Amino acid sequence: MGRNAVVGALALGLALAVPLIVQSGFWLNLLTLMLFFGYLGGSWNILGGYAGQFSFGHAAFFGTGAYVTAILQLSLGLNPWVTMLFAAAGGASVGLVTGFLSFRYGLRGSYFALITLAFSEVLRVLATTAKITNGGQGLVIPLRTGLGNFQFAGKAGYYYVALAMTLISLAAAWCIEHSRFGARLMAVRENEDAAEALGVNAFGHKLAAITISGMMAGAGGTFYVQMFFYVDPAIAYGPAMSVESLLVSIIGGMGTVAGPLLGSIVLHLVGDLTRKVLANAPGISLVLYGVLLILILRYLPNGLIGGARALAGRVGLGTARSGSTG
Amino acid sequence: MLRVSGLSKSFGGLRAVDGVSLQVDEGRIVALIGPNGAGKTTLFAMISGFLRPDGGTVAFLGVDITGLARHRICDLGLVRTFQLVQPFAGLTVRENIAIGAHVRLARRRDALARAAEVAQRVHLARQLDEPAARLTVAGRKRLELARALATQPKLLLLDEVMAGLTPTETEEVVQIVRAIRDSGVTVLLIEHVMQAVMRLSEQVYVLSDGQIIAEGRPADIAADPKVIEAYLGRGAAARMAAAAGTEPARGR
Repeated sequence: MGRNAVVGALALGLALAVPLIVQSGFWLNLLTLMLFFGYLGGSWNILGGYAGQFSFGHAAFFGTGAYVTAILQLSLGLNPWVTMLFAAAGGASVGLVTGFLSFRYGLRGSYFALITLAFSEVLRVLATTAKITNGGQGLVIPLRTGLGNFQFAGKAGYYYVALAMTLISLAAAWCIEHSRFGARLMAVRENEDAAEALGVNAFGHKLAAITISGMMAGAGGTFYVQMFFYVDPAIAYGPAMSVESLLVSIIGGMGTVAGPLLGSIVLHLVGDLTRKVLANAPGISLVLYGVLLILILRYLPNGLIGGARALAGRVGLGTARSGSTG
Repeated sequence: MLRVSGLSKSFGGLRAVDGVSLQVDEGRIVALIGPNGAGKTTLFAMISGFLRPDGGTVAFLGVDITGLARHRICDLGLVRTFQLVQPFAGLTVRENIAIGAHVRLARRRDALARAAEVAQRVHLARQLDEPAARLTVAGRKRLELARALATQPKLLLLDEVMAGLTPTETEEVVQIVRAIRDSGVTVLLIEHVMQAVMRLSEQVYVLSDGQIIAEGRPADIAADPKVIEAYLGRGAAARMAAAAGTEPARGR
């Protein structure tokens, strides 16, 4: 624990100092997106990583949060920070409904993945046709910069908000991992029948996990809208957000506290750097992206963190499993 | 403590369990035996809430628990183990047992400490930080036992915890089960290892084709012609009696 605390404190100090050192908009933007997708992956990780329920439609939660924010800002003129609460509630509600319908009827594994994908697609079609979302044209939110209004003239403001959200999600994951609730989620993931025989209400726990997950993703929607001032059905409910949030978790390490953030950093370094370096060969970054994914799935089924732990175990640094030492 | 009355379950046309009634008194080790396919595991599944019976009732500590959710039955103090062991493969032995301990203990630290104590009782203390997936068959059977024990049950349903073990390992489990009973837990067990049944239990129910065909003390059950026929086929009891009759004559 001591070593982890030192590493964590150093990383946090560095992260806080970044905008003072880095002036380039490209880099600050990239770092902000790394944090944001680390956060979104963190929300996926609670449901997919800890509870073992693979959502393939996380956009349903994110997109609902994004639309709730944009609509409340435009129609009622609410402060964006206030809309974040409603966005979180919106994401949580979609999670609750999706979860209730799927878990009530015992959908597991790929069936659950498909039903979440279906939900996000249905929402995408609805958003494309509905009047309140302005159909396929999307919604543009008014620009009023200032901390009180969640909009910033420079990149640093967004960076700090993304950092705060990521820290909250890391803390949430840590608390879950070290609680009875988290232990029971993992038991459900490993073997649902055995968990129930040992007094775990599997349905209730899965429902709680998807609701928390949806709540976090919904709040993420607010951030995205404030950063880009715009939302449309493809951004909100398209497969990109769903895929991104599960990819960063798988690459970094599912069911680990820091996995999604680490995955996001690695994935975006590879993706954006290759896009910049190989600007005259468009598409090659996607190829590298795919190759990286295949390599990790083949050689590191437990992600980068799982691989690091296995390596540490072999070298004899002692097990890095945090839950086992109490 | 446990009273099962007229419990039935059919799968399609097959009556797997057909009007079974039995009773387990507090502080006892009761065995449920019978040939393969007799319906023992189905009966266990109904008692522990994993299968909904077609008819009949299960009463535990005087409360009707028929059709109650599995986790609620566990909370009440009735816990089952699985014949085909179901470890949480990705978790360590300690974390596995802690899941059971969490039934009574909300704090993670307390549950992990309790897990270490329980592991001691089933001789798993040395493997505490190993992943459950790396345990041997004997180790997994003991883990199954440990997790159930960690829930601090009043009644433990053990489904073939000795199957597939060597004689030495079986002997260890016999001792563990005795110790569990002596600590105040009532035990109902399904077992194929007859020697263990004879030595452990005070009362035996014999299930055959979904019905209870005999009930009594182990020694009486072993001599019951109906039981012998259920295991060895029709007429076997008569042939054995005849053979036994000639045996002493040759001895003299």
